[in-house]
Amino acid sequence: MIPQASMITSADLTAVLPELIISVGACLLLLVDLVLPKPARDWLAYLSLVILAAAGAATLQLATAQAEAFGGLFILDPYSSYFKLLLYLATGLTILLSIRYIQIERIHLGEYYAFLLFSTSGLMMMVSSGDLITIFLGLELASVSLYILAGLNRHELRPIEASAKYFVLGSLSAAIFLYGMSLLFGATGTTHLSTAAAALAHGQGDPVLVMAMIFLLVGFGFKVAVVPFHMWTPDVYEGAPTSVTAYMSVAVKAATFAVFLRVFLEVFGSIKPQWTGWLIGLSVATMVLGNLAAIVQQNIKRMLAYSSIAHAGYAMIGLIVGGELGTMSLMLYMAIYVLMNLGAFGVVILMRRAGVMGEQISDLSGLAKEHPAAALAMLIFMFSLAGIPPTAGFVAKFYLFMAAVDAGLVWLAVAGVLLSAVSAYYYLRVVMVMYMKEPAGPIELAWSPSAVAALVIVVAATVIIGLYPAPLVGYTQDAILHLSNLR
Amino acid sequence: MVPLSYYVILSAIVFVIGLAGVLIRRNIVIILLSIELMLNAANINFVAFSHYAETIVGQVFVFFVMTVAAAEVTVGLAIVIALYRRRATLNVEELTLLKW
Amino acid sequence: MITALAWSIPALPLAGALVNGLGGLFGFTWLRRVSHFVAVGASGLAFAGALMLFLRLSAGAPPITLTLYQWIFGAGLHVHVGLLIDQLTAIMLMVITGVGSLIHLYSVGYMHDDPGYPRFFTYLNLFMFSMLVLVMADNYLLFFVGWEGVGLCSYLLIAFWYEKTSAAQAGTKAFVVNRIGDAGFLLGVFFIFTSFGSLDYATVLPRAGELTTAAATAITLLLLVGAVGKSAQLPLYTWLPDAMEGPTPVSALIHAATMVTAGVYMVVRNHALYAMAPFSMETVAVIGGVTAIFAASIGLVQYDIKRVLAYSTVSQLGYMFMAAGLGAYAAAIFHLMTHAFFKALLFLAAGSVIHALGGEQDIRKMGGLWSKIPVTAWTFLIGTIAIAGIPPLAGFWSKDEILNAALSGGHPILWLLGLTAACMTAFYMFRLFFLTFKGPSRLTHEAEHHLHESPLVMTGPLMALAVLSVIGGALAGYPSEAGWIHHFLAPVVGAHAEEEAAGGSALFGVAASIIVALLGLTIAWVMYLLRPGLAEAGLARFTQAHRLLLNKYWVDELYDLLVVNPTKALGRVWDWFDATVIDGAVNGVGRGTGRCAALSTWIETHIIYGSLNLTGYANHIMARLLRLVQSGLVHHYAAIFLVGLFLLANLLWWLNHADPGGDGLVVWNQAASFINSLRRGGGS
Repeated sequence: MIPQASMITSADLTAVLPELIISVGACLLLLVDLVLPKPARDWLAYLSLVILAAAGAATLQLATAQAEAFGGLFILDPYSSYFKLLLYLATGLTILLSIRYIQIERIHLGEYYAFLLFSTSGLMMMVSSGDLITIFLGLELASVSLYILAGLNRHELRPIEASAKYFVLGSLSAAIFLYGMSLLFGATGTTHLSTAAAALAHGQGDPVLVMAMIFLLVGFGFKVAVVPFHMWTPDVYEGAPTSVTAYMSVAVKAATFAVFLRVFLEVFGSIKPQWTGWLIGLSVATMVLGNLAAIVQQNIKRMLAYSSIAHAGYAMIGLIVGGELGTMSLMLYMAIYVLMNLGAFGVVILMRRAGVMGEQISDLSGLAKEHPAAALAMLIFMFSLAGIPPTAGFVAKFYLFMAAVDAGLVWLAVAGVLLSAVSAYYYLRVVMVMYMKEPAGPIELAWSPSAVAALVIVVAATVIIGLYPAPLVGYTQDAILHLSNLR
Repeated sequence: MVPLSYYVILSAIVFVIGLAGVLIRRNIVIILLSIELMLNAANINFVAFSHYAETIVGQVFVFFVMTVAAAEVTVGLAIVIALYRRRATLNVEELTLLKW
Repeated sequence: MITALAWSIPALPLAGALVNGLGGLFGFTWLRRVSHFVAVGASGLAFAGALMLFLRLSAGAPPITLTLYQWIFGAGLHVHVGLLIDQLTAIMLMVITGVGSLIHLYSVGYMHDDPGYPRFFTYLNLFMFSMLVLVMADNYLLFFVGWEGVGLCSYLLIAFWYEKTSAAQAGTKAFVVNRIGDAGFLLGVFFIFTSFGSLDYATVLPRAGELTTAAATAITLLLLVGAVGKSAQLPLYTWLPDAMEGPTPVSALIHAATMVTAGVYMVVRNHALYAMAPFSMETVAVIGGVTAIFAASIGLVQYDIKRVLAYSTVSQLGYMFMAAGLGAYAAAIFHLMTHAFFKALLFLAAGSVIHALGGEQDIRKMGGLWSKIPVTAWTFLIGTIAIAGIPPLAGFWSKDEILNAALSGGHPILWLLGLTAACMTAFYMFRLFFLTFKGPSRLTHEAEHHLHESPLVMTGPLMALAVLSVIGGALAGYPSEAGWIHHFLAPVVGAHAEEEAAGGSALFGVAASIIVALLGLTIAWVMYLLRPGLAEAGLARFTQAHRLLLNKYWVDELYDLLVVNPTKALGRVWDWFDATVIDGAVNGVGRGTGRCAALSTWIETHIIYGSLNLTGYANHIMARLLRLVQSGLVHHYAAIFLVGLFLLANLLWWLNHADPGGDGLVVWNQAASFINSLRRGGGS
């Protein structure tokens, strides 16, 4: 409910301080861009990192806070703070990886960083939303920024085509999503999530509710790329600038899963038995098709697109299981997925240099001989994505599958384990090409200090979390203590 | 008083028209219009439910949706123009550069 | 003190791998001159540490348990990074570090001219580390880390000479097959977690008795899937012969002495669980017995010196599985140990032959090497006698115990399988020996020129392993069934089945196994030395059988046909489907044919202009849509339409069946009744 004639209090503003920092910072970037001479545009990247750091500091201050702001439109809780920190990490790493890349792609524009930050603020709004309105606003803010980012390179055909496709399918899914919201509103008479949950707590299987749920599922499914709503993913991932693809594949997915979980476990928690079946079906279909289609890809961005589809399937297990363990596993999975997937895309970004796309898997031939450090990093990411111990990817998958087994969903775990065994095949192909093929010619990588920093951070995190996940696990456990209504 | 169900049926019809338009039209501008139709279908629902449930929330939501839709269309048209400049076509069928 | 000692055993090889690996990463050129000191030193020191722990344990000290930190926790599960060093682990440690150090030393000579010298030692040390983690882990998850780690290193080392396409492919094959097995193993671990709420050996194994037979069977069979993959048993053995593409020291260390025995170790470690599942025990024994004879039969006709040894390894691992399945755990570990000695010896000696001949592996192009490379020849002969099971060399003692366990345990068929396989073993090993070292020389001129005995750094390990192959069996296993190893392992595997063997049957069994071994030897001697024409004559008579064996029963081709190709095809189909569906989703109906275009235009005008009367048109449009669905191109994306229609139909159905007396959702009940009245009014 929106309280009548309520004033915005300072407490409200404190709660949204991180969002304010990011969005005001993004506006600031646009202004600074006007006065900055063209060669000095790298400073925009550093400025955006400073903005992210400021927002990060604010979020850390609020990390354990538990509050509702703006009459319940906005929820500040450790759960959302966790995902916000994850978003800062994803955005910051994307920026580090972008600095050199966007020059090569000739999209070295001030808007690039501004839209990244706008998109981040939209996603932050989503993970903190306590109301359908804020979910929709956050989603659209993030999406519209990403439509632009995907097509920022107007000079090339592929990005603009990807952008158009993403836009058409994205707004279609948004419309379906919104229609689902309107039905949910009709069924409960409120847009407020916890009020709606209370209204539904004693209702059972209302048909409208089922419809609303289907429509919302389509919307969420589209954003996280769940089969059969994944069809845009390979094309858009391939066509968009790689740094934007990297950002989309991790930040959007993490934030959408956060709100997906909140909506389905909190609002629809009372009728969970009705939707678990569907979600299990979707999850298995997603894992099967993502993994199988990835096997035959030749373009590494398309391969990673299908791989990210498959990972959405794994992550859904956490959602299906629900409860403390499921939620925790999903949070953990998202954090680790962000790291390893960004890392993999980071190496692909290094491969792009003027005049060379470097996107075919065969382009990586002999990378180990030419650039052993880059090849080793990619090897670690591939093993982590495949879930091979002792990398972080193993820990992530282990928690998810353990949660499934613990909840009695043994067959789901069996499917997940078997399909991740299949996935080793295509991840390993990348490793094989890097280590066991002779380079076709000298490989020049687009090294830059910032990209090196990003890759070092990600490699270290992937290895350390794999060996010693305790701090991260402990954090996720603390973060869900206050998450009400977990089922 | 017009029963709520009339509005709901109307909204469902508008939604389906929009959906069909997206699915079968080839001109990207018309697809944009069809999506607007779908958004407005949701708006009809929001206003109608809001009225019958005697709460203002749904109508507030509609304002947000209208604003967002305007922003979305702006960006969409910008993309369309960029597309047209590069390809001299608005036919989504011809957007096949990325491997389908 | 003891803590530091225990941790240093895995830590030393890891440190060695890090030094060599990081050095390689930074491109230090001096690394080539020191990398072997680092690697051999690390494994040698690990051996010294293992020896100290072993002596402590054999002096009667209690098992050592150590915990470093908590690794994975949540939902009542606590998994630590911790070590458990009991008698079983101690024996494995001795084998791994002892044989491993010798092989490290041998590699210094064997890999001397290889450009990837430091890389090789990095992988080798990394492998040692993983293998040590595997045997020293105190819980299933850490065990799994080692388990995957050895698979990974095996992959890297098989594909070490990746310039050969076959090597790269063999590496990938090994890894993927192992992953399939590992998936099974991991599922078994999940079941253990649900059954016991813990993954520590110390918690799970003593409580194994609480399991129902069904649960125990499920768990143990899943674990067995992992063991079958790792230890190259039927039906997942196909990767091991291909793994011979790797450098020979790798074949000796990983694919003979250590990694492939991890499955046996796992079964023995979990014998308490297996004891609860008689069916699983039977399965283990049968898989082992059948694999023993199956692989031995393929080994009869192979011409590649290393492939013969590879099939022999598969076959010998079958014996170990058979022993474990029969409950003769000590015998299984005993055979594991002696096999590590003589098979490592055979591989290293084969490597020495290959080295001497400048890379030749085909035994048809060898012969008459006996006097040319005497140390290699003598040690190879010792290994051959040991594996053939001729007393008093090592293989006899352990193999005899296994066969005896089958005979006295009431499994005459398994005993016969094992006995036949033993005969085959003696035959193909002496065939290998005679063709390689005896008879006339069939060397190419080039190889003849290259011929030389290996340097001391290679022959030294050969001689050490030869000594172990001679005395290792009798030392550890005499008297039969009650030897030192049985007493040593008793705290872990229990003392059962030790006294069962009645003297009479034992004597009969011993006599039988000696006779078949000598029989195999004699046949090989007659066929390949005495009457060399006999072999060809035999081949001519049994062409079909020979071709069947030579082609390894066509199992590889069968797997390609049944599993590999369909999976790839499915991926391709989906890729295509995906492409076409998304095509349809955006492109719309009228793509291509004018008829479809006209039709869609028709629909669209009627939808736009007739929208107010849409309900009236519903049937019409439905029909049109259905026609569209059948009209060719459209079926690609019909799925999307159908999903939409299905949802809307669902809406109607649900509305019709909504409970009018529901809980206050008046709005919707109203809508439902409206639609109902509409339907009734419309008079369908």
